[in-house]
Amino acid sequence: MDLYSLTLADVAKKIKAKEVSIKEVLDDIYSRIDTVEPKVEAYITLTKEKAYERAQVLQQKLDNGEDIGPLGGVPIAIKDNISTEGVLTTCASKMLENYTPIYNATVINKLEEAGAIVIGKTNMDEFAMGSSTETSKQKETKNPWDLDRVPGGSSGGSAAAVSAQMAYASLGSDTGGSIRQPASYCSVVGLKPTYGLISRFGLIAFASSLDQIGPFARTVEDAALMLNAIAGHDEKDTTSANLEEKDYTKALVNDIKGKVVGIPTDFIREGISPDVKEAYDKAIETLKGLGAEIKEISLEYAKYSLATYYIIATAEASSNLGRYDGIRYGYRAKDFKDLDDLYRKTRTEGFGSEVKRRIMLGTYVLSSGYYDAYYKRAQQVRTLIVNNFRKAFEECDVIMIPTAPKVAFKFGAHDASPLEMYLEDIYTVPVNIAGLPGISIPGGFGENNMPIGIQFIANAFDEMNLLQVAYTFEQNTPYHNEVPTMRGGNN
Amino acid sequence: MSISKDEVKHIANLSKLNLTDEELEKYTNELSDIVDMANELSNIDVEGVKPTAHILDIQNVFREDIQQPSYDRELILKNAPSKDAGCVSVPKVVE
Repeated sequence: MDLYSLTLADVAKKIKAKEVSIKEVLDDIYSRIDTVEPKVEAYITLTKEKAYERAQVLQQKLDNGEDIGPLGGVPIAIKDNISTEGVLTTCASKMLENYTPIYNATVINKLEEAGAIVIGKTNMDEFAMGSSTETSKQKETKNPWDLDRVPGGSSGGSAAAVSAQMAYASLGSDTGGSIRQPASYCSVVGLKPTYGLISRFGLIAFASSLDQIGPFARTVEDAALMLNAIAGHDEKDTTSANLEEKDYTKALVNDIKGKVVGIPTDFIREGISPDVKEAYDKAIETLKGLGAEIKEISLEYAKYSLATYYIIATAEASSNLGRYDGIRYGYRAKDFKDLDDLYRKTRTEGFGSEVKRRIMLGTYVLSSGYYDAYYKRAQQVRTLIVNNFRKAFEECDVIMIPTAPKVAFKFGAHDASPLEMYLEDIYTVPVNIAGLPGISIPGGFGENNMPIGIQFIANAFDEMNLLQVAYTFEQNTPYHNEVPTMRGGNN
Repeated sequence: MSISKDEVKHIANLSKLNLTDEELEKYTNELSDIVDMANELSNIDVEGVKPTAHILDIQNVFREDIQQPSYDRELILKNAPSKDAGCVSVPKVVE
């Protein structure tokens, strides 16, 4: 068996038992990248030199009998909007094409404390704005299940790298579905933790009240190991929650007897394709068979999540992206006549069209005369959506809905209408609006044998229930054992 | 059109973005579509509902005012597109 096809948990065990050296694991994963990356194009930057240096340090520790941590020696990929000291962090934008952070995001320090090795930075939609990774200014990442289709987005590179076995796990960020939707499209596990569980220090901001970092992995167990490493309070992020530490691997119990799973029938009627509906109904039967109680619940305001999301997220983005002015870092336009002209030309040349569209929409909903009608109203509807979920969780342990209404689409399918692309996020945005944890796990195959994801949602900071239900579903279904074919891509 | 070309010109100006005539046309159409979707919220009764700015009940976090080492100036300036004498350099602001 090839090393690269092992799970994170298994490769970590082999390293610890000295059945393989960390260098052998790195050699193997970089050779896998050499073979597959030309087809998939998941990475923006590879950090080979640093990775081998770290491998040597870790191996020496291990040989001296020291503990190298639960992720000791395991190669991990990082989305290119998470700051890495001394390593290019571009956000897949021209604006930051030459930007090298001088500090690590807290999650990077935490991963390294747990022994992980960062092997590269992954492709994404520009500034995490998109659902297909097509807005990247760096390259076009393909879906490993069909190279003519998108990997989803915005963390498309991180999903594709794990799916194509070019990393044992990766980090992404999820503002409206950017971890769960690509996980669904690429048939991997994608976890968006509760808002506040993971420090956002060093995550380049898109919409600060919605953004959350989380892992991609090949199994629920691997996702739990990653969550253990990155969760926790950080004094550098005032929105990070100060809670007792948990061992999330304790949630890996293959039993859901008596758990109540909520099914929001009124909400999932919206735009669902027949193959996803079929997989979803089958998932309900699977859970019933495992002894879970299925309960119909109502999320009457969830259908307004998309409108609410595009007002709140763009308002926050228009403010967050005000910092890109060509002065202290990032791109600066060449010819300008004064300071104002410098700002304008820098931003006009540095941002792509999706980013401009969202900055302008956010500016509009915050501008005088429209603030109450759009921004304030969206925040009020946000309250109604939060209350909806709160009430639902009085009746159930987790909620199950599909991750996306359709399987991965072909490149360019939504070029004509950005609004249509936004509709792909209908099932993922409510979770961000309410700040809840959500996980997408492989749930079947639909049209053209493309993967379908099933999403579980739990109450705030109830990752234990979330992981237990996801783990039990995974252990009793075959979908996660399938590996992508990398067909197509000859055009 | 729920947003006019003049409004798009105005918000592009506030956003410090220059638009060509072609872009102005395109963004006016696209932003109108999105604003139409956003308008579905106007049918919801939000009378007396408290707005949620943030999902957690967060409060100001204070720390003791103790001097700590900061980042090295040379290191910070490495990312600056233009610098001079240990400072970030910008075009003349005051005439």
